[in-house]
Amino acid sequence: MTSATAARGPLGRAETSSEDGRGRRRSVVTYVLVLAIIFVVWEGIKFVGGVPWREPGAAPGSPILWNPPFRWPIANDLKLPHVWTILLSFGEPWQPAVSSENLGQYLFGAALYTWREAAIGFVLGALLGLALATIFVHVRLLERALVPYVIASQTIPIIALAPLIVFAVGQGIFAVVVIATYLTFFPVTIAMIRGLRSVDPRAIELMRSYAASRAEIYWKVRLPASLPYLFTALKISATASIVGAIIGEDTGGIQQGLGRVITTFNQYYATGPEKLWAAIIVASLLGVAFFLVIRAAEIVVLRGRPGAAAG
Amino acid sequence: MSSTAGAAGRSGIVPARTRPGARWARRIRYYLPAVVVFAGGIVGWEVVVTALGLQGFVLPRPSAIVTALIENLNSPRFGLLPSARATLVEALGGLAIGTVTGVVVALATARWATARGVLLPVAVAANAVPIIAFAPILNNWFGLENPLAKMVMAAVLVFFPVMANVTRGLVQVDPAALELMRSSAASEWQILRKVRIPNALPYFFTAMKLATTLSLIGAIVGEYFGGASLVLGRIIVQSSSALRFDVTWAAILLAAATGIAFYLAVVGLERVVIPWHASMRATETA
Amino acid sequence: MTSEQAKSVTDGGPVVRLSGVDKVFSRGGQPVTTALEGIDLTIGRGEFVSLIGPSGCGKSTLLRLIGDLVAPTRGEVIVNGKPADRARRDRDYGMVFQAPVLFEWRTVEDNVKLPLEIMGRSAADRTARAREMLDLVELGEFAKHYPYQLSGGMQQRVAIARALSFEPAILLMDEPFGALDEMTRERMNSEVLRIWERTGTTIVFVTHSIPEAVFLSSRVVVMSARPGRITDVVTIDLPRPRGEATRESPRYFELVTAVREGLRAGGGLETDEPGLASPERTLAEGAVG
Repeated sequence: MTSATAARGPLGRAETSSEDGRGRRRSVVTYVLVLAIIFVVWEGIKFVGGVPWREPGAAPGSPILWNPPFRWPIANDLKLPHVWTILLSFGEPWQPAVSSENLGQYLFGAALYTWREAAIGFVLGALLGLALATIFVHVRLLERALVPYVIASQTIPIIALAPLIVFAVGQGIFAVVVIATYLTFFPVTIAMIRGLRSVDPRAIELMRSYAASRAEIYWKVRLPASLPYLFTALKISATASIVGAIIGEDTGGIQQGLGRVITTFNQYYATGPEKLWAAIIVASLLGVAFFLVIRAAEIVVLRGRPGAAAG
Repeated sequence: MSSTAGAAGRSGIVPARTRPGARWARRIRYYLPAVVVFAGGIVGWEVVVTALGLQGFVLPRPSAIVTALIENLNSPRFGLLPSARATLVEALGGLAIGTVTGVVVALATARWATARGVLLPVAVAANAVPIIAFAPILNNWFGLENPLAKMVMAAVLVFFPVMANVTRGLVQVDPAALELMRSSAASEWQILRKVRIPNALPYFFTAMKLATTLSLIGAIVGEYFGGASLVLGRIIVQSSSALRFDVTWAAILLAAATGIAFYLAVVGLERVVIPWHASMRATETA
Repeated sequence: MTSEQAKSVTDGGPVVRLSGVDKVFSRGGQPVTTALEGIDLTIGRGEFVSLIGPSGCGKSTLLRLIGDLVAPTRGEVIVNGKPADRARRDRDYGMVFQAPVLFEWRTVEDNVKLPLEIMGRSAADRTARAREMLDLVELGEFAKHYPYQLSGGMQQRVAIARALSFEPAILLMDEPFGALDEMTRERMNSEVLRIWERTGTTIVFVTHSIPEAVFLSSRVVVMSARPGRITDVVTIDLPRPRGEATRESPRYFELVTAVREGLRAGGGLETDEPGLASPERTLAEGAVG
């Protein structure tokens, strides 16, 4: 039986469908719990060492609701805005003088824009990674010659390459997609080299006993066997493509994406710290959402295999 | 599976002759294609850029890059050496923090199943978050010039691979080994020390190979969003906006070289700490 | 290729013939292991032949030589009247390993269809053959299950169904029941015999187990320890069909002993002083056998 044990989650647990439901519910509870803990700690710090609590959005002279006993520099309203301030800001117009579009809508639009670029880079990177891995697995000489450089390419921080890519390719979406692809292809390549080779040698013998061609062995055995590895890499690549898109937008002069939004809100941090936090939350949600999409695809595609990756 | 010479005749095995030279020859043959590509790439690069008369804009000639590197090792504007040192410090700090936290959390998740149920999904979700979004916040908290901001950035990137791999190593132990320990009435701590931790060492080193690269990238990404002027990330940003791409590439070269040196250091450490591991013994198998 | 075509190629001739076969494994150009030496073996159509010997005696290698998964260093391997590699390309044989080697991402039925897909049979043909074979091994109702839902014995039956799906002239089996418990093993032995009698396929069967070899075969080929040579061929004249009664007949025990003697002679059992038979040693050897 071809083995997918290495592609299991860190704990190697095999999940049956009955356990799955319970596990998923447990995960949701865990996330809610963790968020609650973060909330408690966050506001707890402000409770003990922050600046005086007032009604959200109230003028400086308004009545104090609570005066914390200490003053810690990190807990002031600039560095650590109240959680409710951040959450409320989603509903308020983000550029009151210019438009009535509220922050939530604006951020959602920016996130969608970024996601589109990331998704294209993701797909291209995955295809590139798959192609490279296929070539390397079948032509060992090329593997020995090129893999060190594939690995070395990732030691070059994309931050460094981004301006160069933008300069070479011109500003605009194409540069962003290139950057996203660059970050995506590496995990896929490495994982697929292992995955394509993870096949039980007896399965290969079996195929040879059927006088199957190398192409048939690839499509019928290697590729299906490598899918668990592919998905492990894709989950990493999903986030990487978003990071690439954000970095690319910033360098590539794209106005509509999250990269520019974050930079702008960072510049105007003093006038509205909660906006930056809101943008960060949206960026995080984008990453998690993309991850969950891949995870869902994984469950569907790897249906029927024992020990599909846990988490 | 070789046997001693005495049994060779009966068991039909002929010991292979391994001249010391043969092993080196094999090693050279193994690395030759990569070296050829490297040499060819450099030469080709130099030739193409010169021949096509490309402005050394985005892709300067290798010779120009090397010149820029040497010229700017200590220049006041693009001090590459002090920058590399500063960035390295940030990366190492981040590596240390991230590794220690990762290992501690891994130990906790291995020891207590409830911790595992809580921390693992959280870690997975946290890893799905694009960390660079938090870079501006970190700069705000710790101050733009404070290396700690970059260290935290690096630490966050390092944490997850270390935690995930070490957890796997601590947990995926041969059940027969665990049974053996339990039959000797070993305590959980003894099992941890004698079985789980040695089992986890190869996984630890796998994670470290990844973590060194990530720590450097984390530091440089953090610098991108702002920082003291003599760090590699800022040099890269400033030189590219000044269109001095030869300096940019020189800085990239330094960063990559540091990353590779880091990686090799881990490989060397690995060879010392776990020489018994299968991956250390195998020379390439066809 | 239909079984009629397969049969017609070697009308009356032996279906497998090895002459003067040596197999030496080398590494980096240096010979390292002599797995097989001077093998001469002929297997007739419809025979059930077992290969038995100590670990490392090369019996699996011998099977792979017949299957052209490994090439001989010296000598000739003729399968179905052709050189082994052509026989492989003509798909004259099916193979079953000790592990079922089923594809975990395919249902049981799709696993059985695998060789038929590669051989380009039509979809209707494939479905029909797969159903037929699963019925033959009595797993018809599990067609839509996935391998991990089946027990080890059932998975092996699927592997056998797969190996027979394209009606090969020869079935090569490499310790297929080695991973199963004794009860299941004996049941599988009866299964294999039933299938053999139904299909008339020639079977070459590698095993560790003397009782199994004697129970199943028409002839048992005994091999020596490495380098593997054929030390004895024991003809099993037990009447067919064979069943539980066979396992308890005196002739059965005689043959088992004969095979054991052959193994001992070839250095197959723990011997520093051949011929000495203390009760302890016989017990130990019995356990090994």
